[in-house]
Amino acid sequence: MGKILRRTFLIGAAAITGGVAFGAYKFNQTYPNPLEGQTAEGESTFNPYLKITKNNDITILVPRAEMGQGVSTTLVALVAEELDVDMDQINVEIAPASYAYYNSAMMADGAPLAHFNRTATANATRSAMFGLGKILGLQVTGGSSSVADAYDKLRQAGCTARETLKLAASKQTGVAVEGLKTASGKITLPDGKELTYGELAELAATMDPPSDVEMRDSSDWRILGKATPRTDARLKSTGAPIYGIDVELPDMVYATVRMNPRLGGPMKSFNGAKAKQVKGVLDVIEITGPENEKFGGGFAVIATNTWAAFKGADAVDVEWGEAPYPATTDAIMSTIKTALDGAGGDELRNEGDVDLAFADAPRDNVVEATYQVPYLAHATMEPMNATAQLKDGRLDIWTGTQAPTIVRSDCAYEAQVDEQNTFVHSTYLGGGFGRRGEVDFPRFATRIAKSTGGKPVQVIWTREEDMTHDTYRPASISKWRARLGDDGLPVAIDGQIATPSVIASVMGRTYPSLPASGPDNTITHGAFDQPYSVENYRVSGIKAPVDIPVGFWRSVGNSYNGFYHESFMDEIAVKTGMDPVELRLKLMKDFPTAHGVVSRVAQMSKWSAPKQTGRAKGIAFTLSFGCWVAQVIEVAETDDGLKIENVWCAADIGEALDPGIVESQIQSGIIYGLSSALGQEITFEDGMVEQTNFDTFDAMRMAQCPNMMIDVMENADHRGGAGEPGTPPSIAALANAIHALNGMRIRTMPLSNEVEFA
Amino acid sequence: MILNVNGNDITIDAESDMPLLWALRDLVGLKGPKFGCGIAACGACTVLIDGEPQRSCSIPIESVEGSIVTIEGLPQGEKLHRVQDAWIAENVPQCGYCQSGQIMAAVALLEKTPNPSDDDIDEAMTNLCRCGTYPQIRAAIKRAANQGV
Repeated sequence: MGKILRRTFLIGAAAITGGVAFGAYKFNQTYPNPLEGQTAEGESTFNPYLKITKNNDITILVPRAEMGQGVSTTLVALVAEELDVDMDQINVEIAPASYAYYNSAMMADGAPLAHFNRTATANATRSAMFGLGKILGLQVTGGSSSVADAYDKLRQAGCTARETLKLAASKQTGVAVEGLKTASGKITLPDGKELTYGELAELAATMDPPSDVEMRDSSDWRILGKATPRTDARLKSTGAPIYGIDVELPDMVYATVRMNPRLGGPMKSFNGAKAKQVKGVLDVIEITGPENEKFGGGFAVIATNTWAAFKGADAVDVEWGEAPYPATTDAIMSTIKTALDGAGGDELRNEGDVDLAFADAPRDNVVEATYQVPYLAHATMEPMNATAQLKDGRLDIWTGTQAPTIVRSDCAYEAQVDEQNTFVHSTYLGGGFGRRGEVDFPRFATRIAKSTGGKPVQVIWTREEDMTHDTYRPASISKWRARLGDDGLPVAIDGQIATPSVIASVMGRTYPSLPASGPDNTITHGAFDQPYSVENYRVSGIKAPVDIPVGFWRSVGNSYNGFYHESFMDEIAVKTGMDPVELRLKLMKDFPTAHGVVSRVAQMSKWSAPKQTGRAKGIAFTLSFGCWVAQVIEVAETDDGLKIENVWCAADIGEALDPGIVESQIQSGIIYGLSSALGQEITFEDGMVEQTNFDTFDAMRMAQCPNMMIDVMENADHRGGAGEPGTPPSIAALANAIHALNGMRIRTMPLSNEVEFA
Repeated sequence: MILNVNGNDITIDAESDMPLLWALRDLVGLKGPKFGCGIAACGACTVLIDGEPQRSCSIPIESVEGSIVTIEGLPQGEKLHRVQDAWIAENVPQCGYCQSGQIMAAVALLEKTPNPSDDDIDEAMTNLCRCGTYPQIRAAIKRAANQGV
């Protein structure tokens, strides 16, 4: 059944049928608690999120990857709130790989529906996808879904454990449950006597939990709803060895990999003789996988330290084969352009009659524009790495991953070891942004571990290997047209977006035996699902056939569609002579949350204040991952070039569990987006990526960082995510500000190719 | 070869061209300095050598002269350095991977310039942070500056 389920996952929208079919049977099943049998002496577990020792050491487990977005604080707070423990009295541990930590919300959000579409049919679809998430048991961090997924589950876990501890106290003391009070990890009896949770844990763990627990109203929250100190701040301010790259084990050897820089191409020959002369090099081995593996040919150098492995790799004589895609950026972009100009595409939005609306449109009333973005690398601060040990039929993997259960099944298959004997030890992640949802780095470590005689091997990629073997944010070209009505507002909008399919690429790498067909709604995310009312409105996504590995990159399709859609809205405003804020407010009249953030950001940025010489502002809006985000960016001319001076942002996420962390995530997303505008692009020559390190693929630095004014609003009806939604509108807000400043309309990213930034 | 690290003389058996970063991480076992780029472009590997912030990924051990301080050497016993306390108070780290290097750069800045201006901070704090924690880093440096030595 695993295979069928994986197939339903890959088909996305079509999976709904499968989800419903399996739903009734599987949905009510509960996964076993992976902590059972894994606890220390004197320690009890109540559910997959909680362990308590006799000494009242309370440990809360984080089911998602901590890559900076604060799950090791906010998710822990969800349990702590209901459990009645204080944040400073608990230990935080990263959860092991287990289906018990499945992510349903990410699947529900993956349904091909606009966030604001709340019809009965839409909700039924979401509900089916939600159920599918549980059935698949995918423990995945992505789609800004961690809080939405955890909100009920983790509070329920804390609440049920608290009530079970009270039952145990009642049983032990004879006092009725109603007379017991809980706070700070203790139960207080009516006579003032106190029992710690630890004293009751062993007994409570043997009792049946009550089934009808009631969770607190948000008005009674002690921890949630306000900014909380991060549980990992001390670790990360003291250099603690918490990342995959910091893993150190007895007898460990070190390795690095070199795969064909023409991505997916074969290795024609290699000779490791010279490499073996390098002091510290132990072995040079080929690590080319089976024919259907998308990673191409390559080798690994195993050594007594990382530096020797790096030096050894440089000394290997190797001949690489050709790339399975056009060899230059021009040829690649021309393939995408051809796809754009062809017929068809998946129309996730098609309202009114767009063709008819344009058929008789007077030329003067039509606005047209074509935009383009390049491939982009994730460039996480911590290069890809994993440590693996294969010994006596047991496989252990230590790595920072966004997908522990996928890593487990993938590496178990690679090593031909049962999943039950495969253990994934998740670490903190030195950045993820989607890159660490891939399986290449742990799979390579597992493959190399077959050649180290049972010794653990730590495999670290050089920055060059990391940057030239990414799963890139795909390049894309998009064309837009609008017909304006007599009042200046658009009566028809038609957008087409062509880009290689991320879903097909990810599935091809992770499950190469499965076909990747069907629509890919990530192509139009951020374009088809925006809260503007226009009578005739069509957005089509077109898959372009370029076989360069592409993957989920912070905000995925929204990252380019935010630029396209919101640049185009600005072009409409310019053409009609309407203020771009006013244009948006008029088109958003049916969407009070959108209206609210645009009004708020206009107010924050003093939008209607008179224009100053040498400075200008631009606005953009994107609804993504359930978070409604409007941004105004102000640029100023300086002697050194354009300076991004100020960013104002109003982000409505619905109820914010930790407004401080939400704000820092929105800020982070904005800087991530602006970094791409300031000069990032991945280009190809001779089939190879031309940018190899931070000297040629940089990101924003301190001196370029603007003042950031962010208002986290909580008016939206549905809970949204925080990690990604800051990114999509940032680039368009900047491009629109540049147009307002000097009249330059930049339609191709990075903006730095046409304007100089300070 | 002998390196003085966090006040201790440590004998290193390695090729002379091994970058200080890898000697510290793989041979001495200090994981605070991080590998980010290997070409002195990102600063994740920043350590102090005789008080100067240096990018240890690009300094061969044969050319190291002076005593080295890594982030592990900042606290006095249990008491953290005031820059570390400021980092925690401002909730600076997100993924946290660059923060060891950022903290070392900030310590060096405050040693030389106890009350840095925004321009001083811009000039001294050139390390890369992909999470974009720059506003919080700036606030933490100012907080530490206000607390004096």
